[in-house]
Amino acid sequence: MNGAEFVPLSLVPLLTGICVAVACALPGNFLVLRRQALIGDAISHVVLPGIVVAFLIGGTVSTLPMLLGAAGAAVIAVGAIEAVRRLGRIETGAAMGVVFTTMFAGGVLLLEQSDTSSVHLDVEHALYGNLESLIWLDATGWSSLLDPQALASLPVELPRMAATLLLVAAFIALFWRPLKISTFDEGFARTIGLRTSPLGLALVIMAAIAAVAAFDAVGSIIVIAMFICPPAAARLMTNRLEHQVAWSVGFATLAAVLGYVLAGYGPLWIGMQDSVSAAGMIATVSGVILAVTALVGPHRLRGSAAPVG
Amino acid sequence: MIRDALLLQLGYNATLVTLGATLLGMAAGVGGTFLFLRKRALVSDAISHATLPGVALAFMVMVTLGGTGRNLVGLLTGAALSAAVGLLLVSWLGTRTRLAEDAAIGSVLSVFFGFGIVLLTVIQTMSAGQQAGLEGFLLGSTAGMLRSDAMVIAVSAALTLALVMLMRRPLTLASFDPEYAVSIGQDVRRTDLAMMGLVLAVTVVGLKIVGLILIVALLIIPPVTARFWTERTDHVVMISGAVGGLSAYVGAALSAAIPAVPTGPIIVLVGFALFALSLLVAPGRGVVSALARHRTHQRRVHLRQGLLAMAQGQPIYENMTLRLLHRQGWARPDGVPTELGRGRAARALRDESRWRVIRSDPAFEAATAQDDGLTDIETVLTADQLAEVDARIPRAEVVA
Repeated sequence: MNGAEFVPLSLVPLLTGICVAVACALPGNFLVLRRQALIGDAISHVVLPGIVVAFLIGGTVSTLPMLLGAAGAAVIAVGAIEAVRRLGRIETGAAMGVVFTTMFAGGVLLLEQSDTSSVHLDVEHALYGNLESLIWLDATGWSSLLDPQALASLPVELPRMAATLLLVAAFIALFWRPLKISTFDEGFARTIGLRTSPLGLALVIMAAIAAVAAFDAVGSIIVIAMFICPPAAARLMTNRLEHQVAWSVGFATLAAVLGYVLAGYGPLWIGMQDSVSAAGMIATVSGVILAVTALVGPHRLRGSAAPVG
Repeated sequence: MIRDALLLQLGYNATLVTLGATLLGMAAGVGGTFLFLRKRALVSDAISHATLPGVALAFMVMVTLGGTGRNLVGLLTGAALSAAVGLLLVSWLGTRTRLAEDAAIGSVLSVFFGFGIVLLTVIQTMSAGQQAGLEGFLLGSTAGMLRSDAMVIAVSAALTLALVMLMRRPLTLASFDPEYAVSIGQDVRRTDLAMMGLVLAVTVVGLKIVGLILIVALLIIPPVTARFWTERTDHVVMISGAVGGLSAYVGAALSAAIPAVPTGPIIVLVGFALFALSLLVAPGRGVVSALARHRTHQRRVHLRQGLLAMAQGQPIYENMTLRLLHRQGWARPDGVPTELGRGRAARALRDESRWRVIRSDPAFEAATAQDDGLTDIETVLTADQLAEVDARIPRAEVVA
């Protein structure tokens, strides 16, 4: 495949996929270690009503109001989970289950009841997005990357996802030590004066930002998979957090690239006509990676101590 | 229209589906209780998402064999098989690797669902078979259902409910008191497996009605709702079954009456309405009753502090205390005690002295344990004991 075909059709979805995967996998490392892995699941369900309400108020499918709506819904969900947990004295898992299913149900109902048929806003899109549609129309080849005119028509999802990735990475780099300490030993973190609950909340907010930004481009299913699978696979490879994060970034990138390529070209190789869902394939590949590490990963068992060093 | 639907007047199929949904809701409510009590509510989310590849594969197999791929029994069998694989993977990841259960749940859920989506897009490009309707498994769709399908759903829901009721006792024991269950020789791991089997059955039967994304709500919301109303095990199970049945009944009926609305979301929202109502008004654990309890407590503290201040001749500045004392007729609005108030104040002070005496005497240890500063000492000690205590109050403390 040459640049004239690759750059306009595949470059943008591929890069967007990588940005989404890494932006989700980075905070995912901490969520998995803190046993909050399902927060990604909850967030990706609750942003649906936020987006629908934003659409109903604004009347158009434009990015900013939708991001605000999604973020608002995520904040409401976090508050509601906390309220249900405290007021009802219910364990977190069940409280999450109550809140996210209800909000998702509300979102679906709003969507079906309102006239959104004219725009591409439907439940399927929310679930598995449409990575393949991020076509860079004005690109003619690799040289377009240096052409300001062509760059102006770059699908907005890519720069937005890249910015999100930078934000998430900056947050984690900046708060690396406190995050690490409070993840492994919250009690100790508190005794040395770290404020662990605002830090935990900030981590969840970062995860929410990544999820909301990714949601529009790629749908919720890939978001959940990327929050959990690459970090979980990385966890089975090493005992050191630094290495785990590096592994997870590698796995996330691998899943995004391999998944996109398999979805786009895999069916052609086995003689089928059309491509399959890229988001679904990326999630599938991340699952295969996790399965492999669960079978042969050097640190797959509980209590497998790290060699000193 | 809605009234007709609630009264089951919308024709044979709709009635059958509504009844099936009700039975399924009851089974889900009862089965979900055990899941909730074992704190494994979200495992069911993994199970339900894991059904998607099975549904799609079953469709493809049936089309390859020359059918239309719409046979509900075939699709549900596929769903059950792949959900079972998902469930095994969750427990394998959770026990054989060092991943925690939530990571296991999340990875199985997202990967199976993602793979299911891949298969769905493959199906969309297949020319054979009637692929329309597979999306109905995502959010539930009971509109335009074939009679045979409605029958399958009603019968399998009834079977599931019967199964849940049969296994209620061992499940109850294992959920509330696993140690005791082991001590009387029950195999708790087997019971857990049976519980998961039930959840799987509920999920698969519920696919067509509630849809795989939201079925988890039918397993979680009813037990959480029921927990507000009672502290007793068997009652939680029964109330949860009733809540599940009611949500599914009202939801399915409404969706039969309102066109173009998937069934699952309505059932979930009805369930949530019942939950919210319970959260607010349930006696004991509800918010309103907790607020009322808090107010009562607050009043008693203020009155008591006010009385003690009056007895010692101190002025009262606190507005709420003043208002409460005035309302009781124990003080004038400016805080000067009335005749009645002076009597009550003297009594409060005397009781305070009595408490002080018994606190210093180990013989009254049991009684002292009830001293929270508000309990009336006359409800704790007998008249004889009180006389004895009174004799030991130092003279100087006795108020004329």
